[in-house]
Amino acid sequence: MEASDFIIQADNLSVFYSGKPAVNGVTLDVPSRRITAIIGPSGCGKSTLLRSFNRMNDLVPTASVTGRVIFQGRNIYEPGVDPTEIRYLIGMVFQRPNPFPKSIYDNVAFGPRINGFRGNMSELVEQSLQGAALWDEVKDRLNSSALALSGGQQQRLCIARALAVEPSVILMDEPCSALDPIATLAIEQLMQELSEQYSIIIVTHNMQQAARVSHNTAFMLSDERNIGGFLVEYGESSRIFTNPQDERTEAYITGRFG
Amino acid sequence: MASDHTGLDGSGNGAGSGSGNNSGNGSGGGQAGRALRGGWRRVLPERFISAFLIVCTLMSVLTTAGIIFVLLFQALQFFGEVSFIEFITGTRWTPLFHSKQFGVLALVSATFLTAILSMVVALPLGLLSAIFLSEYAPEGARRVIKPVLEVLAGIPTVVYGYFALLFVTPLLQRISEDIFVFNAMSASIVMGIMILPMVASLSEDAMRAVPRSLREGAYALGATKLEVATQVVVPAALSGIVSAFILAVSRAIGETMIVTIAAGQTPNFTFNPFVPIETMTAYIVQVSLGDTPTGTLEYKTIFAVALLLFAITLVMNLLSQYVVRRFREEYE
Repeated sequence: MEASDFIIQADNLSVFYSGKPAVNGVTLDVPSRRITAIIGPSGCGKSTLLRSFNRMNDLVPTASVTGRVIFQGRNIYEPGVDPTEIRYLIGMVFQRPNPFPKSIYDNVAFGPRINGFRGNMSELVEQSLQGAALWDEVKDRLNSSALALSGGQQQRLCIARALAVEPSVILMDEPCSALDPIATLAIEQLMQELSEQYSIIIVTHNMQQAARVSHNTAFMLSDERNIGGFLVEYGESSRIFTNPQDERTEAYITGRFG
Repeated sequence: MASDHTGLDGSGNGAGSGSGNNSGNGSGGGQAGRALRGGWRRVLPERFISAFLIVCTLMSVLTTAGIIFVLLFQALQFFGEVSFIEFITGTRWTPLFHSKQFGVLALVSATFLTAILSMVVALPLGLLSAIFLSEYAPEGARRVIKPVLEVLAGIPTVVYGYFALLFVTPLLQRISEDIFVFNAMSASIVMGIMILPMVASLSEDAMRAVPRSLREGAYALGATKLEVATQVVVPAALSGIVSAFILAVSRAIGETMIVTIAAGQTPNFTFNPFVPIETMTAYIVQVSLGDTPTGTLEYKTIFAVALLLFAITLVMNLLSQYVVRRFREEYE
């Protein structure tokens, strides 16, 4: 693949909290318009890695980063890069649905508003809700509180909210961990549809989920050396889950630990 | 006890059925008996403590009821002599003079004037301090500033009163010589400073209670710190902030020492903040301290004024509770 086929390229990326390594020297090329899953046991640094792709770690005062993350031909950790600009271009969906205590409409319109959107807002809200497969369920009550929605609907609202600023990448940090199986299935189907237009990186605990939805899978691990989480193996999901090259990957996906 | 005996009898009768069963029954009955006797030993002090605590609680409830009763009793006597309509609509308040007039609006206007002016100082500064402390200040700075701010609330109000009269008023008079020595402005500014820590501290508590996940959700959409603070955190914490505001207003209305010292004792139906006035609280102080004979009509005026003051602050506090309950479910 050409370098331009990659949407995000991490190059020897390490993240430290108060000087302690959390992610250690990860080099990873994330392809465009694909779903890339990051799996691994708890505490292996997969969420930290994800959060370093849109500089969310900047919000933790003790966090520091070395290495590079190339996005649109540019290292996002270069001096002079505005992190809010990066977060505007790279959307994020969190572990627990976190709609704002506002109406459904205002939740979706929040991002475009703060970023100075000057088009037809109602149209954008409708498109975004349709994109998140939520429109039909909420079109009659756009002005009611987002908190009245079910957990699965709230999470799709959060996806709609992310879509409304038209990002090129959507980062998902265990987006289904707080949802029931039916809501999980709806989100997974939605991810498949979104991957035609967006590049998605999903962190998940759930290996079946990674195997079901992702094109590529990265397996991370941290061990007793306390050097932070490192990348063990990365490749097409079909191969990782059927014919892993590394015995630690095999041990993990067959359920021998983690 | 009856069941205890039955249990023992049962185990005796069933001796042939197996020793395990026997010992099971026996020990079960024994334990029930012990638990019962031990229970009584605990229940008695428990009851005593509970009764004692009820008495303590009743004391404060009864005191409040007593105050209301005295207020009502004396105020009703007052309204037997002075028409309620005249009291509540008149604008001249001269009960201590020869030609007595009982228009409480002269005092009410002064109370509201000082309360509103002090809110103009306390609300914006308090909210901005809260935003700074909750969203901007590094953890170390917050840990130092917040207690310092709260110490401000511990300064006796009489000190604030003299600060207003002897420091702020001369400053104001340097701006304009038309400002009187006793004026509402000086007292209000200082009262605002006194209330500021309460507004800041309560608003900050409300803002810190807003879950981190909401802030992250906004940051992830490209929001700046200011946008997160003003468009996510403040709206989500609004119920707490509003109730802090209402409590602050209620505190300003009830505040006594600062206005007594610095705002004057001249009942004056005006909204000019640069002339002497007299608030409801200052009037009560004036009559309580003066040589007004007990039982006279002048003496009874303070109960009527106090009852009105009590009614106003009660309404404010109820409003605050309503706001908190009504908007509590803003987030999860």
